[in-house]
Amino acid sequence: MTTPHTAASTPPPTDPHAPDPPTTGVAAPAHTGSSATRTLGLVTLAAMALLVFLAFVASPRDQVQGDLVRLLYIHPALAWTAYLACGVATTASIWHLVKKTPGSDVLAHSAVEVGAVLTALTLATGSIWGRPTWGVYWVWDARLTSTALLFLLLLGYLALHRIDAAPEVRSRRAAVVGVLLVPNVVLVHQSVEWWRTLHQDPTLARRDFDFATSDLFMFTLVYSVVVMSLVFTWLLIHRFRVGWLALQAEELWLDTAIEARRAEGAGTTEPAETTRTEPPRSEGGLP
Amino acid sequence: MSGDMTYILAGWGVTLATLGVFALSLAVRGRRLSRMVPAERRRWTS
Repeated sequence: MTTPHTAASTPPPTDPHAPDPPTTGVAAPAHTGSSATRTLGLVTLAAMALLVFLAFVASPRDQVQGDLVRLLYIHPALAWTAYLACGVATTASIWHLVKKTPGSDVLAHSAVEVGAVLTALTLATGSIWGRPTWGVYWVWDARLTSTALLFLLLLGYLALHRIDAAPEVRSRRAAVVGVLLVPNVVLVHQSVEWWRTLHQDPTLARRDFDFATSDLFMFTLVYSVVVMSLVFTWLLIHRFRVGWLALQAEELWLDTAIEARRAEGAGTTEPAETTRTEPPRSEGGLP
Repeated sequence: MSGDMTYILAGWGVTLATLGVFALSLAVRGRRLSRMVPAERRRWTS
């Protein structure tokens, strides 16, 4: 959504095909992965495979919903991780407004982008489940409408982060929207309690829910939340690293441009080409 | 296979495909940007 397209279309600060400079004797990989994230990715893939097995093979048909219950092994988990993303985004946004650190802005922006994808999937899977259950893909129910508003808020954050303004200005404005995400999540979650809605009440948050006596349906439901949380963690780490790299590329471009301008002012060299091009736009903004 | 399986497979398919494409896009963006940034500025590799 916020791919630094300008970074790809302008001369990079360093040769993109040049080998990485040596660091501590170990060649640094040219990607956002690390041994920890690779392990996390493998664990997540294995956990997802087990979830698919539980959802489609091991879990029986529900007496009321029939096979449609298999959609519930993904839809509530997506909603939960969307909430989680909003929580991270709001926390990082508050941190950014207070401390103005570049990392907090990159984290908030990353969480919002991942959260937008998860919220869109929550809406999509909910609509697909609603068609055979309610007879319609969409109804202006309180839960659905508030979730759609949350999605629009996430898109608004991403749009604000792309406005043509100074990096610190757009980061600050986006952070203000980021602060509003958790209150909106509370509205989404409580909508089934505060209004009479078509959407059912919370299942896992019921006070009388007993994990000890739960059947395979409940186990798979809880397990799906764990799996999607792993997916969210992997996506957030990698999205954060992408944002961090974009920030570093922007700073490197700025350093190069300043040096070129100084050299131009001193009359020692010809004007550098980089002074006439757009900078590689950061995904997180400058500090 | 019941008639509902179309909806079930659509829901799961949309989810897994979207997450897969998003993860792939992150990997591609990360590789492209990594080539622009010196290794010492990539903290997770040090």
